[in-house]
Amino acid sequence: MLYREAGQFKTTYAADQQLFPIRQDRIGVLVLLAVAFFGVPLLASEYWFSAILIPFLIFALAALGLNILTGYAGQLSLGSAAFMAVGAYAAYNFQLRVEGIPLLVSFICAGLTAAGVGILFGLPSLRIKGFYLAVATLAAQFFIVWCLTKFPWLSNNSSSGVISTQKLIIFGHELNTPVEKYLLVLSIVVFMALAAKNMVRSTTGRAWMAVRDMDVAASVIGIRLMPTKLLAFAISSFYCGVAGALYAFCYLGSVEPDGFSLEMSFKILFMIIIGGVGSIMGSFLGAAFILLLPIFLDVALPFFAELFGLPFSSATVSHIQITVFGALIMFFLIVEPHGLARLWQIAKEKLRLWPFPH
Amino acid sequence: MNFFFEVLIGGLLSGVMYALVALGFVMIYKASGVFNFAQGAMVYLAALSVVGCMEKGAPLWLAIILAFVIMTLFGIATEKFVLRKLVNQPPIALFMATIGLAFFIEGVAPMIFGSEPRALDLGIVDEPIESIMENWNMVISKFDLVAAGVAAVLVATLALFFQYTRVGRALRAVADDHQAALSIGIPLQHIWAIVWGVAGFVALVAGMMWGARNGVQFALTFTALKALPVLILGGFTSVPGAIVGGLIIGASEKLAEIYIPPVMQDLFGGNFGGIEGWFPYVLALLFLLVRPEGLFGEKHIDRV
Repeated sequence: MLYREAGQFKTTYAADQQLFPIRQDRIGVLVLLAVAFFGVPLLASEYWFSAILIPFLIFALAALGLNILTGYAGQLSLGSAAFMAVGAYAAYNFQLRVEGIPLLVSFICAGLTAAGVGILFGLPSLRIKGFYLAVATLAAQFFIVWCLTKFPWLSNNSSSGVISTQKLIIFGHELNTPVEKYLLVLSIVVFMALAAKNMVRSTTGRAWMAVRDMDVAASVIGIRLMPTKLLAFAISSFYCGVAGALYAFCYLGSVEPDGFSLEMSFKILFMIIIGGVGSIMGSFLGAAFILLLPIFLDVALPFFAELFGLPFSSATVSHIQITVFGALIMFFLIVEPHGLARLWQIAKEKLRLWPFPH
Repeated sequence: MNFFFEVLIGGLLSGVMYALVALGFVMIYKASGVFNFAQGAMVYLAALSVVGCMEKGAPLWLAIILAFVIMTLFGIATEKFVLRKLVNQPPIALFMATIGLAFFIEGVAPMIFGSEPRALDLGIVDEPIESIMENWNMVISKFDLVAAGVAAVLVATLALFFQYTRVGRALRAVADDHQAALSIGIPLQHIWAIVWGVAGFVALVAGMMWGARNGVQFALTFTALKALPVLILGGFTSVPGAIVGGLIIGASEKLAEIYIPPVMQDLFGGNFGGIEGWFPYVLALLFLLVRPEGLFGEKHIDRV
């Protein structure tokens, strides 16, 4: 009754082509944004900002980047953390070496650098596909992290490549409270998410999906594979790069190359599996799930331990965490291969008919 | 020149160890088209169960048999509870499921057998062979030679098994074409369970060799990462490819580790050690640009 597009007539092309064609969706998104921009800063505590909300948004952005590459263009990548590292170090170096460069410009440059590196490591995708490509992206993961550790110029000669980021100054105003950082991250993520949402329904996005579904068929109907695939790599890496820059500047403040490990790449991959491969919203849902799960287990496991009188050591807790993680991944793939985003879609279908399903 | 050969032979022999792990990947990929990322975790599980059983007081031979039973049961369970439910899913979903499986094993195995690093003593010493040392002045480890021998025996056994037994023939039929195999009455699910059992056996052998060499610890799961470049170099579907790929990767990795960092040091200054983490990958990647299906992989023809 509440969620129904009946009676919403499209009388102009603009109305027909808008991003959220259903009025209830538009209202929902606006309410969500209003809550995120105005409600959350009033309610959330400092811990929430710096430990949950900021990493959530950053990882959602990285997952979004990987989703563009894997979910839409169908090129499996295991190197997203490395592209985040490129973004983080590039932003640091632009701030360090270019006199008076505005922060946002250095973020964009960081994204562009990551995109360049992404294209370089995307080149093999023109010749190889599937698992061969997945393994090839591991080369990016190991090589980039190694380079950042071994070339001291990249980290301004600090030992073992640790960098401490510069101050966050936007339009002459220094951001130092978590709320301000949160708002900065949120604005960037919202902007880029909407851009991605728009992109995947454009010619580019449709070409990606055609390549994903069957690249030979796509090239037969006139999609040029090379630019399409490389563009997917570039844009995906751009998103990961910006996420990496935010990760360094707004979340941790000081990062080392080894922090951008294979494990982090897997984490981002899990986010899109659990959230939904080929779904913008899924990236957010997946990021929330993967980030909240360990926190939840940290709280819940000692509780259960007390309940059953079992002594859990911290090692056991971390083992249980890994086990639950692995089991959940398999469970999700079996029960709902399309992820949380699909559940949301099913819910919407149900809502459409509710309360008169016949 | 002696030094060069010493490094080369050492590399070839350690390549055999990589090939041992890569073999497990090839087995499963060939028979079921699943790219089993959990192979490294299976190596860890196998080695841990051997050590775990020995700690409970079992002699080595019994521990090995018990570990084999565990690996087989594990393989059957994986087939029954994970893979069977994922039939008809795209290969990428299966691949991701095996990543989940890897995490699952990495959590469960140390919970059962304990996570502290332990030594595994197979009674083979890791010391240079004296006669070679005296005559040619090269250091060749006895252990590496034994490992190479084990790998050779394993490959020969697998080849015989595939070529001459009923099950082996069925395995090859399934590898060629699932549907055709089904239509002539080969029980696909049994075959998959057997394949996982065989892969478990390969993991057991690899786990024992690696465990005896480096100790049984969590790092054993990373053997999978060592085996991946071997795989893409040799082709996912070829047993000889895994061996040859292993030899190439092993040798070139050791040679590169010796000869490349000094050159880079001359060029850029600074310390450039530790290239073995990425060198095999980049090598395999460059190789793929020339031959996308790997050394021995089947050429894939796409139909629209």
